Amino acid sequence: MGTAEQSGVSQVVLRIADISKSFGNLRANDRISFDLKEGEVLALLGENGAGKTTLMNILFGHYVADAGLVEAFGKPLKAGSPRAAINAGIGMVHQHFALADNLSVVENVVVGTDSLWSPYLDRAAARARLEAVATQSGLTVDPRSRVGDLTVGERQRVEILKALYRGARVLILDEPTAVLTPQEIDQLFQTIRDLVAGGMSVIFISHKLKEVLRISDRVIVLRSGRVVFEAPTAGTNATELAQQMVGRELPALRSELVVPGPAVLRFSHVSVRSKLGQRQLDDVDLIVHRNQIVGVVGVSGNGQNVLFNVVAGLTAPQSGEVRLGETTINGLSPIAIVGSGVGRIPEDRHAEGLIVDMLIWENAISESYRSSEFQKAGVIRGGNARNFASGLIREFDIRCPSPNVPTRVLSGGNLQKLVIGRILSREPQLIIANQPTRGLDVGAVSFVHEKLIKAKERGAGVLLISEDLDELLALSDTLVVMYDGALSEPIPRDRASVQTLGLMMMGQGWDTAHAV
Amino acid sequence: MRFERRESTSALLSVLAPLGALAASFIISAGIIAWSGANPISAYRHIFLGAFGTRFAMTETLTRTVPLILTGLAVTVAFRARLWNIGAEGQLYAGAVLAVVLGSGTLAWPAYLLVPFLFLTGAIAGALCLLGPTLLKTRLGVDEVVTTLLLNFVILLAVSALLDGPLKDPSAMGWPQSYPVLDELRLPLLMRASRLHVGIVLALALVVAVWFIVNKTIWGYEIRAVGANPIGARFAGLPIGGAMVRVALLSGGLAGIAGVTEVLGPKGDLTIDLSPGYGYSGIVVAMLAVLHPLGVPPAALFVAAMFVGADAMSRALAVPSYIAEVITSIALLTMLVAVMLARYRIRRS
Repeated sequence: MGTAEQSGVSQVVLRIADISKSFGNLRANDRISFDLKEGEVLALLGENGAGKTTLMNILFGHYVADAGLVEAFGKPLKAGSPRAAINAGIGMVHQHFALADNLSVVENVVVGTDSLWSPYLDRAAARARLEAVATQSGLTVDPRSRVGDLTVGERQRVEILKALYRGARVLILDEPTAVLTPQEIDQLFQTIRDLVAGGMSVIFISHKLKEVLRISDRVIVLRSGRVVFEAPTAGTNATELAQQMVGRELPALRSELVVPGPAVLRFSHVSVRSKLGQRQLDDVDLIVHRNQIVGVVGVSGNGQNVLFNVVAGLTAPQSGEVRLGETTINGLSPIAIVGSGVGRIPEDRHAEGLIVDMLIWENAISESYRSSEFQKAGVIRGGNARNFASGLIREFDIRCPSPNVPTRVLSGGNLQKLVIGRILSREPQLIIANQPTRGLDVGAVSFVHEKLIKAKERGAGVLLISEDLDELLALSDTLVVMYDGALSEPIPRDRASVQTLGLMMMGQGWDTAHAV
Repeated sequence: MRFERRESTSALLSVLAPLGALAASFIISAGIIAWSGANPISAYRHIFLGAFGTRFAMTETLTRTVPLILTGLAVTVAFRARLWNIGAEGQLYAGAVLAVVLGSGTLAWPAYLLVPFLFLTGAIAGALCLLGPTLLKTRLGVDEVVTTLLLNFVILLAVSALLDGPLKDPSAMGWPQSYPVLDELRLPLLMRASRLHVGIVLALALVVAVWFIVNKTIWGYEIRAVGANPIGARFAGLPIGGAMVRVALLSGGLAGIAGVTEVLGPKGDLTIDLSPGYGYSGIVVAMLAVLHPLGVPPAALFVAAMFVGADAMSRALAVPSYIAEVITSIALLTMLVAVMLARYRIRRS
């Protein structure tokens, strides 16, 4: 598409000049400038709230900058128009895919590309063109399959294909590895390398330093809306980048092995089937001891959420027994389960953990509002509840104006602090956490890790479900792999390796793993 | 131009926004009035005088306000929990039917016992009319918008059949009109030579009661939580089914009470035009009140004043009284815009 006149790899494809953007008093972007060169992978690093997302939204036309200019291929880009960005050859793959599960791959790709006014959809032509793009880029997905049937990695490929189909020459990948297995990450990186070899330029947004070091040519670090650091990847290292991101040194966290106490959670032959009869948990045995963190490794969708829901009181198993200490908790209500000493950190703090349209103090008591501390004869004791919330705000450093504001004003990290504060204040004997650090910035991640380790040292058992192998290896005393509803034998941390776990996540090497 | 969410909405803004919306709706409606050939200023003057200009006008407006407060409150409570109750009209008639059935001489109880009993049975009748659709929603996922709306027609046709059958008053010269309720059961008037009755005190007391329940009790907490985020409420372990049933009973009950007040208050008997759409206007009232219980009385007063005043204006200026519906509809639209503007700020590109 007219790249013939360009030669060499130093051609600037995207120029960001003095972009500033404020929300109220917050300067989300403060005179940000950088260039993206053709055939380059530029990593954009920064904590949540550093301004990465705002910048990308400006670039892609979702926001309009207060000041500054974006130039694509030498021409100024019209502000505030996603269509202009697409026409200028910018493609974006969001962290949360924008795909319709009930449509086929080819339908998803042409939605928003082909005119709404055209009387019918020329599926055959679209499919042929998509297949051509797919072959050229090496991204193989059957155009006829339903997106709902695809794996997460395949869906991401569809998103990339969608951008390529629209003629993108600059690809923005927002946290692309967050949902992938190590093997899928390798595959994605190979795709990126192939695309770049073909002249594509890539902006790679991530928190994960190791991946940035692996894939990028150049790194830019954003902090508090400013570019604070820029270097060729070859000339920097993880420690330096982490310090630049947070502006201070982070303590290296590693959970010390403590002698585990008595069993606090015990699954015996627990099975769950969905309403349609699909097997979701398959004869699961699991023991979590006090003073122990058990990490559940696995690609999402292999039954982790069902496992979480069984412990959280949202799903009752059809067979088997779940015991908390000496009591059976099969099918107890969430309130009874919380009351017997389980702290639950759900995967989605926006949808499950909190009711963001209610006030902070109202959320602080959402699992205990019926206790006599917070109600008397059915009337809420607002004073007690506000005091309790103020205590959480102080103790867990939740940044907010007051407990009387809607919870939605909190940033992601502070939302999670509120959830964690709410459960830890009750000193649970068991904590079950599902992806507790997903989407959090480095500072908030280390806060969550520190709290989980403290809880373990205090005597709680922790069941930690995560897709972040580094996190699991740093925190867990014992790991179990979850695949297709089944759990592996426990693997002690010192005998686990990324390679074997990665294979087991794909359903291979189950027999050899615990024999190592 | 684009919208950005404000971090928080100031108290001043949340009061100014609805007032601004009303002003905007009057300005927009002025164009329509002028187009129909009248002077907007004098039209508004006639509406105002027609609604508040004389003692009689004022009491008429307030009399109309009573059922609107009750249906507005019914809709507010339901919508807060995202139970889309479109059936307040039917629930109102259910309450009214029981009031004439039990209050026209069937029960020979003293008035001080029978009147509260009629309110109770009317509330139960209204509540049961909403309970069915609610259980269908929570158990089977049946859309309550459809069931409550259609139930209105079922109830209205049933009332019509009753009025031509067992409830028909033979001394009504063939009109489909029920037996009148006993005189001693009629609600006492607040002022002589008016129709304004103590129902308005009851309605205002219920406003305060509903406000208290919604904002200060654990039931209200559950209702608001279920409405704001059902998934989060389920995760926290809130009794969602129970909360929905309570909302249904409260909302349907309030609408049923509206029917009882109309029968025992200004009307004295039941006809098929007992309510000129109070149940549907309750939705307008609730939306104008931004689903806040304390906003319901002023919103109900506004809607009632428009309808009473527009009749007077229509007589004076020959502008169709439908203009009242136009003004309230425009006010509803401007109110929705104002609520959004109070939450977002506008930025120039």
